[in-house]
Amino acid sequence: MIELNDDASTIFTVGQVQSGPPCCDPVPSMQVANVSVRYGTRTVLDQVTLDIYKGCITALIGPSGCGKTSFLSALNRLTDLVPGAHVSGRVLLDGQDVFDPKLDLMALRRRIGMIFQRPNPFPLSIRRNLELPLREHGVRGRQVLAGKIEATLRAVGLWDEVGDRLDSPAMALSGGQQQRLCIARALVLEPDVLLMDEPCSSLDPISSAVVEELILRLRGRYTIVIVTHNLAQARRIANYAAFFWMKERVGKLIEFDGCQQLFDAPKHELTAAYVSGARG
Amino acid sequence: MASQAGDRAFLAINYLVAALVAGVLLWILADMAWQGVQHLSWEFLTEQPRKSGRAGGIAPILVSTTLILAVAIAAAVPIGLGAAVWLAEYSKQSGQFAAGTRLSLDVLAGVPSIVFGLFGNAFFCVFLGLGFSILSGGLTLACMILPIFIRTCEHGLFAVNNDWRLAAAGLGMSRSSVIWHVLIPAAAPAIVAGLMLGIGRATAETAALIFTSGYVDRMPESLSDSGRALSVHIFDLSMNISGGDKAAYASALVLVVLIVAINVLAVALSDRWLTRRIVTA
Repeated sequence: MIELNDDASTIFTVGQVQSGPPCCDPVPSMQVANVSVRYGTRTVLDQVTLDIYKGCITALIGPSGCGKTSFLSALNRLTDLVPGAHVSGRVLLDGQDVFDPKLDLMALRRRIGMIFQRPNPFPLSIRRNLELPLREHGVRGRQVLAGKIEATLRAVGLWDEVGDRLDSPAMALSGGQQQRLCIARALVLEPDVLLMDEPCSSLDPISSAVVEELILRLRGRYTIVIVTHNLAQARRIANYAAFFWMKERVGKLIEFDGCQQLFDAPKHELTAAYVSGARG
Repeated sequence: MASQAGDRAFLAINYLVAALVAGVLLWILADMAWQGVQHLSWEFLTEQPRKSGRAGGIAPILVSTTLILAVAIAAAVPIGLGAAVWLAEYSKQSGQFAAGTRLSLDVLAGVPSIVFGLFGNAFFCVFLGLGFSILSGGLTLACMILPIFIRTCEHGLFAVNNDWRLAAAGLGMSRSSVIWHVLIPAAAPAIVAGLMLGIGRATAETAALIFTSGYVDRMPESLSDSGRALSVHIFDLSMNISGGDKAAYASALVLVVLIVAINVLAVALSDRWLTRRIVTA
């Protein structure tokens, strides 16, 4: 047992991330108004309105199929890739309309990073995984690239683990390492917002804890929206929580509040039933 | 007990048939190797043919074969990859144009090579005025290997994990650089396999080349010279030249070794790609 613990502490380490100010003043980073998502004729999400506060972690909770992932993909317009998907309503990112057809989509997605449920590093070397998005956004120069790559890998605690084998394939890393590499790949572009779609759900408990700790350390510097089915996790890391529920097969936002209020003193009976484990 | 006996008989027949097939194949190979080795020498590989190939070597024929293959690959790879990318990434999956393209490719893949030869002669030699030349022959071979190459590449690209497309889009990467930097490298094993299938078919090709690159067994001086491919040389020696049998055997041995070498190289290359790029833990 002791050996295993030793292993765990040497393999899984999270480096120092410079913490930003705590998010005591709720300043909206993204303002979401009346956002609905439908695929073809089927509406999956109806009229969601909420503010996402700068530097805070907002957790989206609720049962499967109630439109949390669709909501997340609407925020960086990844829904554009889904044939038949239609999004209405308004989303402002620091006052800028995200759904503006004239908007530079590449620039938007540079400001809003996304982490997926299954770790999806490119089937290239660790270095290339981070280099590719940087080059794509015009960052040039061997020294500059190497500096950014090292800094980012240190931030997600991968540098000590893989710093000496940056040219080995990313797919050979463990699941937790792959997910942290994906987080690094998003961070390397210095985004303002990070969207995370159940980033820990496909990981083993130890890796999951490491990734969770990393997310916690990113709080303050980045605005984070995280979908999670793990209520305990939402409680541990989130400042705000939004509870989604299905009504007549359509996803709706039932309650949005500070995380502690939502869990300890829910205003809606559905929320109360869900967070106490009675329903869902 | 009866069913056990039946099982055993069935197994015995299976072995017998397999042995028969392998035996015939081995016999052909052994006969060719035995007869070919006797005539094979360093001079055979490096000298000009004399007396219509009865004596001398096959140096110009090896050069012509290589040039024809090089032209075919140089033409087929960019066109084929482009078409495959369009089919897999840009065309509407249920669109009529894409469906029509796929259907015609599948039909073309089954068309006998002599038909490609006739087309190549009419189009490259006569219409484009390239005459009997290595260029005409190579381009005709490119037409022949394109259908199978495009379809293999398309399947390879199509099979690439959709997670990577999403990841790239989420990072604000453009479609073209996703295809270039992520999807094509990920599909590399399939692309190499498709290319090798095509090259194998092209190397063994005779009918399509007689009409397009011609018969001339001199050393080619440029791509617009006529050049004789190895398979055409074998055909000529065994059919039209009395006393050319020994040289034909030796040429056939060289051809088989060449094809085996290309295949081994292809497997090694795509294996390396597989382990380097797509090692899934």
